[in-house]
Amino acid sequence: MSRLLPTFRHGIVPPPNKEATRGAAIRQFPFAPELIVPLLQHAGNAAVPVVREGDTVVRGQLLGSADGDFSVPVHAPASGRVRRIERVAIASGQMVPGIRLEPFPASTQEVLEATPCPLESATPDEIIAAVQQAGIVGLGGAAFPTHRKLRVPANRSVELLIINGAECEPYLTTDYRVMLEQPGDIVLGVRFLLRATGAVRAVLAVEDPCRDAADAVMAEGAGVTALSAQVLRTKYPQGAEKLLIKVLMGRDVPHGGLPIDVGALCVNVATAAEIGRLLPHGRGIQERVVTIAGPGVREPGNYRIPIGTPLRFALFHVGIRGNLSRVFIGGPMMGQTVANLDVPITKGASGFVAFTEEQTALEPAVYPCIHCGRCVEACPLFLNPCQLGILARQGEIARMRDAHNLADCFECGACAYVCPSNIPLVQEFRAAKAALLRQERAT
Amino acid sequence: MSSTLTIAPAPHVRGGDTVAQIMWHVVIALLPACGFAIYLFGLAGLVTITAAAASCLVAERLLRRTGASTLADGSALVTGVIYGLTLPPGLPVWMIAAGGVIAIAIGKLLFGGLGYNAFNPALVGRVFLQAAFPTAMTTWLSPLGPDRFTQLPASTLAVPLARSDVGIDAFVGATPLGRLKFDAMDTPLSDLALGLTTGSTGETSAVLLLAGGLYLVARRIANWRIPVAICGTAALVTGLLHVADPAAYPDPRFMLLSGGLMLGAWFMATDPVASPVTRSGAWVYGIVIGLLIVVIRLWSGQPEGVMYAILLGNAVSPHIDRWLQPVPLGRRVRDVGRVP
Repeated sequence: MSRLLPTFRHGIVPPPNKEATRGAAIRQFPFAPELIVPLLQHAGNAAVPVVREGDTVVRGQLLGSADGDFSVPVHAPASGRVRRIERVAIASGQMVPGIRLEPFPASTQEVLEATPCPLESATPDEIIAAVQQAGIVGLGGAAFPTHRKLRVPANRSVELLIINGAECEPYLTTDYRVMLEQPGDIVLGVRFLLRATGAVRAVLAVEDPCRDAADAVMAEGAGVTALSAQVLRTKYPQGAEKLLIKVLMGRDVPHGGLPIDVGALCVNVATAAEIGRLLPHGRGIQERVVTIAGPGVREPGNYRIPIGTPLRFALFHVGIRGNLSRVFIGGPMMGQTVANLDVPITKGASGFVAFTEEQTALEPAVYPCIHCGRCVEACPLFLNPCQLGILARQGEIARMRDAHNLADCFECGACAYVCPSNIPLVQEFRAAKAALLRQERAT
Repeated sequence: MSSTLTIAPAPHVRGGDTVAQIMWHVVIALLPACGFAIYLFGLAGLVTITAAAASCLVAERLLRRTGASTLADGSALVTGVIYGLTLPPGLPVWMIAAGGVIAIAIGKLLFGGLGYNAFNPALVGRVFLQAAFPTAMTTWLSPLGPDRFTQLPASTLAVPLARSDVGIDAFVGATPLGRLKFDAMDTPLSDLALGLTTGSTGETSAVLLLAGGLYLVARRIANWRIPVAICGTAALVTGLLHVADPAAYPDPRFMLLSGGLMLGAWFMATDPVASPVTRSGAWVYGIVIGLLIVVIRLWSGQPEGVMYAILLGNAVSPHIDRWLQPVPLGRRVRDVGRVP
């Protein structure tokens, strides 16, 4: 039955490992003694701080304002005192400007509201401005400022608004829980998005095991005729927007182009929910739903966690089991490992997973490439990871770019997952991309 | 929490077989053919396969001068067993050993070891023997000999480079392909399918080789497109010729079931290292090999052509890979053309 559902060609089917958290309702997290709020949690420019050290702030108050259009503001995740404004370490290992905030333990932590954005009377431009003011970025992981996507160029139109609920990374269940528990927010968010973009149709795309969540949203959205749901066959990396567009519309996003070039616009379902939750109250993002999972976690689940909560606090709160050896933000296919736990949860973190020495003890032996072609069969973009890997190991990075479309690779990891020789293909591709970037800068 | 966190590149999970597991599955898939070889040729079959495998393993162990032992990846064993199955049963052990060393040394290690060989190493060993010892390589032990489990053919333990005309009485004239080519004699198809004929140690039983090949396809180790293209092309071309002139050209079923076609198509042409990586490449490669088999078998001076066909296929494989690159999403004119 599920084999008949639509999906993209190629890709892989890793074990989903979602049983531990699928049934776990979203629970509110307490405030850590100190929140580390980076002013750069998104693609683009860092926000500019508008508070000073020692200031008292209210939950939801603006901490940093957007620096130009390619930026979003940052809001206070808790009522408290601004301890320090300094460079802070984030999960990627970079140091970015940030604010250390000490929440007041006795505060009621009521959220400050600003000017609401009413759905019925707001113009598309007002909605888009409100989306930026709420600090909304893609919550699926990319953290691209959402308002930038919503502005449709004059010579383009949105035929299909894709609400991306295809949570294809193993372990992660935040989108699933948000669909089950916040269908009203999602439907309202979709209505805001339809109005802002002028889209005629919206489709909620989910994978087969999340059928019930799509049903919940559709029941809530029965009055919105433009919205429908599409159940897809489970496969990784289905949630990649180019692949969703291929599956749902049969169109290829042209090389170097954007989804809007083929009349598509993709918004993550959690992002839509946040738009529906925040805009009517004029609030900004102060927290997000995060899946905490993995064999190293005692109480895996889905938690609504204040932005800026250090991973260390979050892990201690849910309990640790065994000797942690690897913690990564995101799922196991694309997640980024952290070097230390004193880094904050940011807007783009849909989950984090803890592995113990048991999972990482047996680092598999690396063999030479045997040209088996499994990576070629796995690559959802129809690149040739086998040839790219050979060229990478020969240092032929210019040929990787010119003859084998290295730039198209979005590092989904399907090739490395299937490689019987355990060659770290994604790592080789990232190194090559970085080297090419350095070359370009040098010239 | 005292433990150290490691930084590692994603993905953090792996799926599917490792190289070593793949190699072991190939060995498992070859076991029925090995068992049948011993049933058919007795001690001679056993000694041939064992000597071939042992010589390849020893060569791999001793000739790799740097790095850890590579025996555990299983590739030398696979080469050794396949090499043994392609040899005439009862071939002098010293010749088997010499060919095994050539297979590993020249066929594999000189190119850089596992993953770098341009040609199938087992066939490199065999083609050396074919050139160096043409008589021994075309002297065939008769199957199901009454003393096969108690006696080795005298030639097996022959002294290196001595005249090896002893024990010739244990041998019969020719393989089914040889009988067809030189004597215009048919062999019953049922004997061919079951493998109750003369031939190389492990090539005779089409049924058991097919079973092993299907096992590899089911485990997604062998690319099914390659054997299907080889068999399909060979059968189609022979079939057309047979219809046109049944007297001059054999039945396509004979073409498929005789000689080393099944062993070559399922176990040697599918060697991933020396075959193309893309689906379309696999089809082209298989068709090239299938055509070459028919051409060599029907029009050359030799009865059998699978070995040369595969080696030539190996030679064109890198070029096929260059011509038939996958077209990335977003660069396909057809689909991009549908943009409104």
